[in-house]
Amino acid sequence: MTIAADTPNTITAGPSMFWQRFRRNRPAMLSAAALVLIALAALLAPAFEAMLGVDATRVDLFNQYAPPDATHWLGTDEAGRDVLVRLLYGGRISLLVGLVAALGAATIGTAVGLLAGYYGGRLDTLLMRTTDGFIALPLLPLLIILAAVDLAKVGVPDDIANSEMASLYRIIFIIALVGWTTVARLVRAGTLSVRSREFVRAAEAMGARPATIMLRHILPNIVSPIIVATTLSIGTVILLESVLSFLGLGIQPPIPSWGNMLTNAQELATRAPALAVWPGAVIFVTVMAFNFLGDGLQDALDPRATRR
Amino acid sequence: MLAFLTRRLLGMAVVLAVMSFIVFMLIGLMPGDPIDIMIASNPDLTPADGARLKRLHGLDLPLWERYANWLGGVFTGDLGFSRTYNRPVMEILLPRLGNTVILLGLSSIVAILIAIPLGVIAATRPQSRLDGAINLFCFAGISVPPFWLALLFIMIFAVALGWLPAGGMGAADAGFFARLEFLVLPVATLTIASLAGYTRFARAAMIEVLRQDYIRTARAKGLGPRRTVFGHGLRNAMLPLTTIIALDFGTLFSGALITETMFGYLGMGKLIYDSILGNDFNLALVGLLLATLVVLIGNFLADIAYAVLDPRISFRALEVAA
Repeated sequence: MTIAADTPNTITAGPSMFWQRFRRNRPAMLSAAALVLIALAALLAPAFEAMLGVDATRVDLFNQYAPPDATHWLGTDEAGRDVLVRLLYGGRISLLVGLVAALGAATIGTAVGLLAGYYGGRLDTLLMRTTDGFIALPLLPLLIILAAVDLAKVGVPDDIANSEMASLYRIIFIIALVGWTTVARLVRAGTLSVRSREFVRAAEAMGARPATIMLRHILPNIVSPIIVATTLSIGTVILLESVLSFLGLGIQPPIPSWGNMLTNAQELATRAPALAVWPGAVIFVTVMAFNFLGDGLQDALDPRATRR
Repeated sequence: MLAFLTRRLLGMAVVLAVMSFIVFMLIGLMPGDPIDIMIASNPDLTPADGARLKRLHGLDLPLWERYANWLGGVFTGDLGFSRTYNRPVMEILLPRLGNTVILLGLSSIVAILIAIPLGVIAATRPQSRLDGAINLFCFAGISVPPFWLALLFIMIFAVALGWLPAGGMGAADAGFFARLEFLVLPVATLTIASLAGYTRFARAAMIEVLRQDYIRTARAKGLGPRRTVFGHGLRNAMLPLTTIIALDFGTLFSGALITETMFGYLGMGKLIYDSILGNDFNLALVGLLLATLVVLIGNFLADIAYAVLDPRISFRALEVAA
């Protein structure tokens, strides 16, 4: 069975060839441009705030559900806050969670995959059984439980557990904790295909330590599937974050995130449908862009993919 | 065959045991225990009463001892009580499980029935405009936040057009068909989420198969395109597809949790979510284990289907792989 995501591609195209191939992929190029725009807009959120003379957090009950106008380009929400600026601040959080949690998951997955693939035997069986077990689990209920764990009881110092940012750190941590399986399988498959090649044998013969072999000799040769899987998983992470925040278990108000901006949307569906549409549309576009980008990277990094 | 079954069943038991231990420990780390909640909601209870109640229910014991007690109960068939419903958990879970199975079953069938033709169409015309459109649809389906899709469906079909109920399940005594209209939107939401993935895999599997020598042979001997694609191609492409669909049960259940919560559909997913939020720990634990069991059984059935569909694979081969 060869399904694109499962095939390790150990042949990596050179940079110029990569760029040539990537440039031809219109959806991927468009997505990259869209993501740069979204990220820039999110980074410039305070500038927008100052320019428009609005405040993302101040509640203004005399100006609820204002329609779009020159100051409030997308109108205001149920607490009279500017929707556009909140979307931008929410974007900072959602993108940050997506990037950091995906990188964390990729790191765990790479470590598990390298160890399993390089050492083989019992360790391989144990690690891969665990991975398969994880893949079979219904992850969302598990994430909900992890999100409800009392931080003080796990021994997290009080000042962190009670800080405003605790929900941010927590969600990054728990998503990384459950999201590493795809990378682990890809890295293991890649490691298996590289580890008996001559240059690895040579390094072993010269007495290189296992850690050096794995990180210096094997890892650089299997980096492209890791890049692809990580890019694709950023989209998945943003979706998971939005679901958890929507359910009230992720990013906690007053910090806005695209997910928690929708928490009240169900009650608002009749009163202010636009409030329920914008955050979801931004999540949709961002996740789709990451998926197209990952797909484009896969085509560009794997020369054999031309046959598709 | 027998050895294969034993191994797989043992494996399932191990996963369930590990899962129950981890979840039990995690629940122990959640804020407040049932007695604390009782004390908070009942001013007549003194802290001394609370301590006595905790001792009575064994809640003063260390966590691992409580787990051992719980596990002992499981082996005698006692899965415990639900705090909020005051009834044995299985009595509450089983009807909910039935509802979820209906929801998941219907949406899986609809998704597969649409995904296979779409995948075949795309695979037989690679790089065509139609293939591009199907591809775009798949990317959209994978990327759309499921709760937002549900919200849009409610806003369009229930609020704006008034065609379908926004949620709920209909009267319990109404027949299956009377309750069908309550199923339309949840099933549609769940179907779109899984349809996109299935279609992409169907396309990939089909393209892979159509490149095989026996397809070229079939074409060379003058077999029409339809019989080549459906008779020779699809049958073989079904194999990887079965595996993917079965391995996807876990994701599907997560989707069910969101869908059920959005539409107020009384299934397992919503029950687990509500019980975690309502500190009904025993119900959450057993519900999560039951969901895991369903997913594991799904994977197991897929392996069997694999062997049945592909005469080249014997149970002996599966044993080696297991």
